Amino acid sequence: MIPELGHFALILTLLVGAAMGGLSLAGGQRGRADWMALARPGAQALFLLTGFSFLCLAYSFYVNDFSVMYVAQHSNTKLPVIYRIAAVWGGHEGSLLLWLLMLTAWMMAVSLFSSQLPEVMVSRVLGVLALIAVGFLLFMLLTSSPFTRLTDIPADGRDLNPLLQDPGLVFHPPMLYMGYVGMSIPFAFSIAALLNGRLDAAWARWTRPWATAAWICLTIGIAMGSWWAYYELGWGGWWFWDPVENASFLPWLVGTALMHSLAVTEKRGLFRSWTIMLSLIAFSLSLLGTFLVRSGVLTSVHAFATDPKRGVFILIFLVVVVGSSLLLFAARAGKVRSGGSFALVSRETFLLVNNVLLTTAAAAVLLGTLYPLIIDALNLGKLSVGPPYFNSVFAPIMTPVMFFMVIGSYARWKSDNVKDLAKKLQPVAITSLVLGCALPFLAGPWSPLVAMGLSLAIWLVLASAVQIYRQVKDTVNWRSTPISYWGMHVAHIGVAVFVVGVTMVKGYETEKDVRMTIGDTVEVGGYTFRLTGITKVPGPNYNADRGAVELIKGDRVLKVLHPEKRTYFSSTMPMTEAAIDSGLTRDVYVSLGEKLEGDGKPAWAMRVYHKPFIVWIWFGCFFMAIGGGMAALDKRYRRKVVAKLGLGKVKGAMA
Amino acid sequence: MKPRQKRAAIIVGGLAAVGLSAYFVLNAFQSNLVFFFTPSQVEAGDAPTNRAFRVGGMVKTGSIHRDNLTVSFIVTDTIKEVPVTYTGILPDLFREGKGVVAQGQIKGDGKFTASEVLAKHDENYMPPEAQHALDQAAIEKASKTLK
Repeated sequence: MIPELGHFALILTLLVGAAMGGLSLAGGQRGRADWMALARPGAQALFLLTGFSFLCLAYSFYVNDFSVMYVAQHSNTKLPVIYRIAAVWGGHEGSLLLWLLMLTAWMMAVSLFSSQLPEVMVSRVLGVLALIAVGFLLFMLLTSSPFTRLTDIPADGRDLNPLLQDPGLVFHPPMLYMGYVGMSIPFAFSIAALLNGRLDAAWARWTRPWATAAWICLTIGIAMGSWWAYYELGWGGWWFWDPVENASFLPWLVGTALMHSLAVTEKRGLFRSWTIMLSLIAFSLSLLGTFLVRSGVLTSVHAFATDPKRGVFILIFLVVVVGSSLLLFAARAGKVRSGGSFALVSRETFLLVNNVLLTTAAAAVLLGTLYPLIIDALNLGKLSVGPPYFNSVFAPIMTPVMFFMVIGSYARWKSDNVKDLAKKLQPVAITSLVLGCALPFLAGPWSPLVAMGLSLAIWLVLASAVQIYRQVKDTVNWRSTPISYWGMHVAHIGVAVFVVGVTMVKGYETEKDVRMTIGDTVEVGGYTFRLTGITKVPGPNYNADRGAVELIKGDRVLKVLHPEKRTYFSSTMPMTEAAIDSGLTRDVYVSLGEKLEGDGKPAWAMRVYHKPFIVWIWFGCFFMAIGGGMAALDKRYRRKVVAKLGLGKVKGAMA
Repeated sequence: MKPRQKRAAIIVGGLAAVGLSAYFVLNAFQSNLVFFFTPSQVEAGDAPTNRAFRVGGMVKTGSIHRDNLTVSFIVTDTIKEVPVTYTGILPDLFREGKGVVAQGQIKGDGKFTASEVLAKHDENYMPPEAQHALDQAAIEKASKTLK
């Protein structure tokens, strides 16, 4: 009964979405206030209906209703409750429902927090979003319904993939989807502006916090995914340039460019076409990512094993959305192009240069991700593009970005001169270069790449520190500086922290694969590891071989680490649970390989890592997100515009 | 500088930057493309020597031998076989009779040494390339019986 209710709710959502979307957009075109008035309540209804459907599916998982095919494929009576709920989005159909839930949640947010926008704008934005929702609903109802029933009800389900039975599953997909889907909001705002035929600084002020919010969710989602892969997969890697990882990284890169382009549009009304283009591209990349994961063309730990027919549907959807938005842009770009100018040396220039670089980086990553697929589709062979390609193109492009980031934040709007900038930045430049070259000596053998990475990171931090100091010292009322200013510095410092993490890990990480029997030791990264025993440990739905490895520095045993090799009852597949000792300056990582025969005594293959400063990678992302949050919550985005009719004093300006 | 000269300078500079980055990207591309070959293709000599490539198919039952940390096994597409040696810890899902993709090189001694053995995420999941190798072999066999 419950699954049927959930299914029915989805059908209802489709009908409401189609009606509301069509009428809102038509109302905007024709200026009919009664049709436009449907937008907000329509968005809220969509959210409630989708939420209800989601709850129905979650309930089916909770009560172990194996007559629902999706539940039977991804759950099991012995699966702990929290993973039963998280399993809702553990497979293709359920994750689509999550996608839809996020979309309607964002629509709900827009409908609630947009009181200062004109009705025409709101109805167009929500109308576009509703039509996107309709597309996904059609996809779900026609090809991938999570509510399909089985006539042959199994006694127990197939279980959730053991790799997914981890807290990461509870947080990473929802956060990531919030980001992916969030990119549809600036997309919708851009479409609305193009339909409107007008774009001004006010539009940028409305769009910017939404773009920033989506970017924050993506940042946290990607960082979580990276951290999860690190501790879960057992190989100590934190980024594999996997096609699906790239699929999330591409909208992030373009989203970063978009955020900064919006800054210029808001402040000076420039870069309008650029901003619209970026928002169209960001969402298109989101959709592309969704397609890649579900089409069955990828070999990846992330790929949903699904049939290519579904891939065709999403491809068509992608072509329709991207094609129509680009057509609209081509038709209306002339109307929204900006006038105005800026000098060769000005903040605008540096923002533009960095935007171009970020877009170039995205293009390079896109090429590497799509090339194998294109070659395969043309039957020209099967090939893969590995991490070395991505590393060798990404780093050289990001280096100038970091260099110009600082100069851009120092430069004045509209026009500045080189001498002034050089004078302000010279001490920072020299200090960061000196420190960057000197510090590696403390950590290990000197390497030019490490020196460069550290110099850039210190360059960022020092420049921000000096600016913060100046702001506090030279401004009379520094406490009233808008919070977005501090947010910018926090986020940029976050980038520096991230770079330190990457540089130190890449430069100084060590790993060893060894064969160990009880009592053996191995030395890695200045620590000694001794295997003291392996015991059998039962779990809720698995049996594990648990190792005890002593972490020794000098003479002292600092800790005992417990790597595990688990065999889940539901499958014969073993799974590695690595043991990690995390610290601010280093992570120590031990993982259990196979049991090795021979020589009488039982021995195990073990992998031991020393990873300096690796947590800085995720801390950096965390700071970036905090900085973004501070920027998005700035008062100027929430101030109600005082109406010109003189009712202003009554309505007042809301802080 | 006159505005027209300034614009020309910007355009030239932009083109130079684009050209430079295109050169870097394509260069990196060339040296980092890893092609996939089926065991039949490797046996026929299609695969390059001293350059990384991937071979995939099924792990032949009974072919896994371990010597300390070095493993040797045979990758087969049911027609031809490729012996593979790998030093290191194998992914959890590696087992006989299941699909596998290995990346490595054919060294001077003519043997394929793997630098990476690719993991799948699900015991029922066959990497598309490995499936492709098996499909190609099946087509070969079918066309032979028809003759």
